Amino acid sequence: MKKLMIGNEAFARGLYEAGCEFVSSYPGTPSTEVTEFAAKFEEIYAEWAPNEKVAMEAALGASIAGKRSFCGMKHVGLNVAADPLYTAGYTGVNGGMVVCVADDPGLHSSQNEQDSRHHAIASKVLMLEPSDSQECKDFTKQAFELSEKFDCPVIVRLTTRIAHSQSQVELCDRVVPEAKPYVKTPSKFVMMPGFAKKRHPVVEQKLRDAAAFAETSPLNKAEYNDTSIGIITAGDCYVYAKEAMGDKASYLKLGMVNPLPLNIIKDFAAKCDKVYVIEELDDIIETHCKKNGIDVIGKEIFPREFEISQAVVRKALLGEEPDVMTFGEDVPVRPPVMCAGCPHRGLFYCLSQLGVYVSGDIGCYTLGAAAPLNAMDTTICMGASISALHGFNKASGGDTYKKSVAVIGDSTFMHSGMTGLVNVAYNATNTTTIILDNSITGMTGHQQNPTTGKNLKGDPAAAVNLEALVKAIGIKSVRVVDPYHMAETKKVIEEELAKDEPSVIISRRPCALLKYVKHNPPVHVDNDKCVGCKQCLKVGCPAISIKDKKSVIDHTLCVGCGICKELCKLNAIVD
Amino acid sequence: METKSIMIVGVGGQGTLLASRILGSVFLAEGYDVKVSEVHGMSQRGGSVVTYVKYGEKVYSPVVELGEADLIISFEQLECARWLPYLKKGGKIVTSDQTLDPMPVITGAAVYPENILGKIEAMGVEVTAAPALALAEQAGTSKAANVVLMGVVSKKLPFEESVWQTALEQCVPAKFLELNKKAFALGREAV
Repeated sequence: MKKLMIGNEAFARGLYEAGCEFVSSYPGTPSTEVTEFAAKFEEIYAEWAPNEKVAMEAALGASIAGKRSFCGMKHVGLNVAADPLYTAGYTGVNGGMVVCVADDPGLHSSQNEQDSRHHAIASKVLMLEPSDSQECKDFTKQAFELSEKFDCPVIVRLTTRIAHSQSQVELCDRVVPEAKPYVKTPSKFVMMPGFAKKRHPVVEQKLRDAAAFAETSPLNKAEYNDTSIGIITAGDCYVYAKEAMGDKASYLKLGMVNPLPLNIIKDFAAKCDKVYVIEELDDIIETHCKKNGIDVIGKEIFPREFEISQAVVRKALLGEEPDVMTFGEDVPVRPPVMCAGCPHRGLFYCLSQLGVYVSGDIGCYTLGAAAPLNAMDTTICMGASISALHGFNKASGGDTYKKSVAVIGDSTFMHSGMTGLVNVAYNATNTTTIILDNSITGMTGHQQNPTTGKNLKGDPAAAVNLEALVKAIGIKSVRVVDPYHMAETKKVIEEELAKDEPSVIISRRPCALLKYVKHNPPVHVDNDKCVGCKQCLKVGCPAISIKDKKSVIDHTLCVGCGICKELCKLNAIVD
Repeated sequence: METKSIMIVGVGGQGTLLASRILGSVFLAEGYDVKVSEVHGMSQRGGSVVTYVKYGEKVYSPVVELGEADLIISFEQLECARWLPYLKKGGKIVTSDQTLDPMPVITGAAVYPENILGKIEAMGVEVTAAPALALAEQAGTSKAANVVLMGVVSKKLPFEESVWQTALEQCVPAKFLELNKKAFALGREAV
């Protein structure tokens, strides 16, 4: 039976068919759906961990217990999980362990464009890279085999286009391998210097063995057509090259990107007149070729930044550029915006009114940086809002803490914000932190987290009490506000900024898109009262616009949150 | 057969993903290889979004590049103008007549162009516009504008209506099926 699936669903299907029994992940676009689809199989235990490091350690623990295990994350998540990964490269596994890392060339939904292949090389583990959904499934199954064969975690690297493109997948049955009993082996699993030292040569031998395997594995395939042009490529670049060049080139498609084979590359290069390496982001395959004396052309003509596509390949290899129609006038950009009714809007309007320094974080609320709110000074990585503001306040001296706040979502706070808050309390800055508690992980598409009271499967779970937690950390001044009530919210922020002690404000209101949230009927503009002063436009609500010099509210978008009503001094916005 | 490329463009939250699923089902039922490339994540809401649907004997790249689209299905007028450079010479546009001001227009930093569809038609492009939102509301909910547009598109592609009906049954939850079938029929009647 064949089914149209996004790469992430096919990956989850691969987990199912391979008999994977344990999944622990943290959501991150474009990796999230692997775990969501895996959770739909009753046979697989699946959970959202508080962060990627915890997820990776849980998956390694499950592997040590003898079960096939998995953890999934986006590229920057692998930085968080790098610590356990690098030592898991040394310990190896018991049951097979597969890691999904989804890179985001083109920064569709990320703060940087890093190439995760570097992590596979540095942590000395195997990495596979599929080119479509069928391969997402097949490579995942093969990754478990290789994990057990070479005694090491295996990373399957996706990119946005593979993770989020649907193509046809042939379904097979689930086969659960016999469980491997846990046998106490300190020399393998206790990585103190004496044992770890003995493991390193084992790791190097494993990589040599895997490289020898790569020479003959069907994961790496040569495809000979016209040999005047040879293309060495992997992942989504293979399909771009095939679409651009068809039979006008020969291809060496590398399904295994760490370790890379050498002999088959040499053979392929010898049979082709001119050899190109096409890879997104960094020059990993190209460097491997060049350091082994294989004459290839790569980043001389292909970009290191953003996505490759069939158009990029055509331009680089054939000099062809499309003849395009243009509209001929400026087309206003349409950046993503906070939704109508978004609880973050009222809070960020208060912050923009106060003109404070805002140390931002990763989530939907990063949109507070955009016009017209313009209320963000920094966004770095998960959790950095609090820790970076602590450093900013400490280094600035004086009273910058009276004019600055850190903003962080509930899920991001659990991920890595609370350690920053511990630092604020322990090393004493009078930093004000605002936790934007919208009762869900919003940006990645509504995942549960440790504060929501539900687990990944939707069952009731222990809920972290944020007030009690921040108090236990050592913050004495803790306030809770409803960001729909802007006057009160602004007053509380001013009071907490004025205090000579660290404080936390919890801005609490569920995401307006949650199904259980009951909305008010849309509000309307009283045309007799509206003078077109545009005050209501200052909150940046997508439901409000100006037509014929009066405000208009789109009733299909408005959820009646009332923020604009509070702003209108003429009471021209009515229920 | 040469691979055909379709782009579905609109504003995040308008239901472009369901439209792409319906198209994917139709092309699969017709025996084609299919790739559908989507944009995911809540943070895309309110922003310009695009989904690529490609079908043919064997589809390699999931993305559609400049000058490659045989058909652009647009949920909003300004998005027709934005993605016009992706239309192939001789390609067609099917669009909702809806307009949604983007934030720079709301804040007064930019102006929403006038008579977008007329200007594109003047370039010799076949543009089919339908009041998708109004027809969807007539069917029962503004959320069905995506399925109204599928009704319009079904008249522009060489496949039997029954194949589209089956695709609807596969892609729409049973409790909303009747409503969506009505929306689809209104879309077909609109052209």
